[in-house]
Amino acid sequence: MARRGGLNGGYDPLRPTLWQRADVLLRRTVPGGLTLILLLMSVAPSRLPGFVHIAPMIALISVYYWAVSRPDVMGYGTAFLLGMVEDSLTGAPLGVGALVLLLTQVVVSSQYKFFLGKPFLVSWWAFSLIAGGAALIKWLAVSAIYGTMVDMTALFFSYLFTLAVYPPFAWLFGRVQTMFFREG
Amino acid sequence: MKQPTGPSSRLGALGAFLQKSAFLMLAFVAFAFMLLGKADTVLVERVRSTVLDAAAPVLDFMSTPAENVAAVFSTFRELAAIRAENDRLEKENARLMRWQTAARHLEAENDALREQLGYIPEPEASYITGRVVADTGGTFARSLVVLAGTRDGVRKGQAVVSGEGLVGTVAEAGMRASRVLLLSDINSRIPVLLEESRVRAIMTGDNQDRPQLRFLKQRTTVSPGDRVVTSGDARVFPPGIPIGVVASVDDKSGIRVDLFVEQERLEVVRVADFGLSGILPEDAGK
Repeated sequence: MARRGGLNGGYDPLRPTLWQRADVLLRRTVPGGLTLILLLMSVAPSRLPGFVHIAPMIALISVYYWAVSRPDVMGYGTAFLLGMVEDSLTGAPLGVGALVLLLTQVVVSSQYKFFLGKPFLVSWWAFSLIAGGAALIKWLAVSAIYGTMVDMTALFFSYLFTLAVYPPFAWLFGRVQTMFFREG
Repeated sequence: MKQPTGPSSRLGALGAFLQKSAFLMLAFVAFAFMLLGKADTVLVERVRSTVLDAAAPVLDFMSTPAENVAAVFSTFRELAAIRAENDRLEKENARLMRWQTAARHLEAENDALREQLGYIPEPEASYITGRVVADTGGTFARSLVVLAGTRDGVRKGQAVVSGEGLVGTVAEAGMRASRVLLLSDINSRIPVLLEESRVRAIMTGDNQDRPQLRFLKQRTTVSPGDRVVTSGDARVFPPGIPIGVVASVDDKSGIRVDLFVEQERLEVVRVADFGLSGILPEDAGK
């Protein structure tokens, strides 16, 4: 067995690995952190008439994007916490957003192999299905909690708006991905 | 040379097990929070106000550029309509001057009559002013986050007003920030009064722009254009805070109220402490 580093610490082999680990860990917080910032930005008052009711579901876009392209960098815990923050800020019943993001993460990352090497249009099309499912589940859960069918009109427009802003956000996340997770 | 098999492989197995069950656990926790939220527990409120407090400084920072963008937009809108606006304001000013005379007269008369009756005045309200730093709408909830919390004197259940009228109630008060439940939110229930006919009702939100009037005693007397104000019942708010006007009366969608306060335009709101206990006492669970 090799001599332990101990006192002649200049060549301690543990040191670089620790840094590397810290580096990897920090990089892995980037998708979650970025989503958190976007989430906070999305609740900032826009003061544009009517915008607040159809605001896009930013956290959903992000969770979907990372589950499709790098399922290892955004775990269940992150998706859950993002959902809890979303619910707390928006005043929606606590736990609903968390459940929806968690389900999105699980369903999409299980289909990771399907998305490998597929063109952008395929992931956009799949997003339209996933986002529709997510919106529907959220609507069902909220309606069940309140014991009445809440009006869906705003949700429908918010869904369309979310689909429309998916490409620029996917582009942004793609840039972040090449910046922090360089390989292919 | 020994291989450190024992504990680390056991740890590895534990890790794999945790990974597998993490989803189920978290899904269970999410469901638990939904149920707890329905039962209105202190825990759910704590979680929410903790997140609010943590997010408050960031929200404060982020709402500033948004305000500037909005200011540019509204400058353009105002420039386009400035002449028409000026005409309108001059006419309104003339009309308000007449009202001012009438109000002065009434005030003097009121004072004189109160003195004769030995009337005990209601306690004066004190106000805490806060900036709106987050704003959510749509299908699931209608609320605002205001940068004022318990350290400024905000408490759950207090009324929130703006220049136009009643905005909503404080739903959760964190240390630095609080969430305001808007009148249009599905959880909002406000005892109101139709100003002219003195008919009492409860105004309930349903996450749509126009809340509904329910539980009226005399339904036939309501017509579009009637002013709706707080009734002061249940000791939640003092009577007479303006809320809106009746927009439509029909059998299918009920009686709908057009609110005076426009959510998008709120920049600063005032949390009012009227010295009333409210129906949502802070220490109810203790």
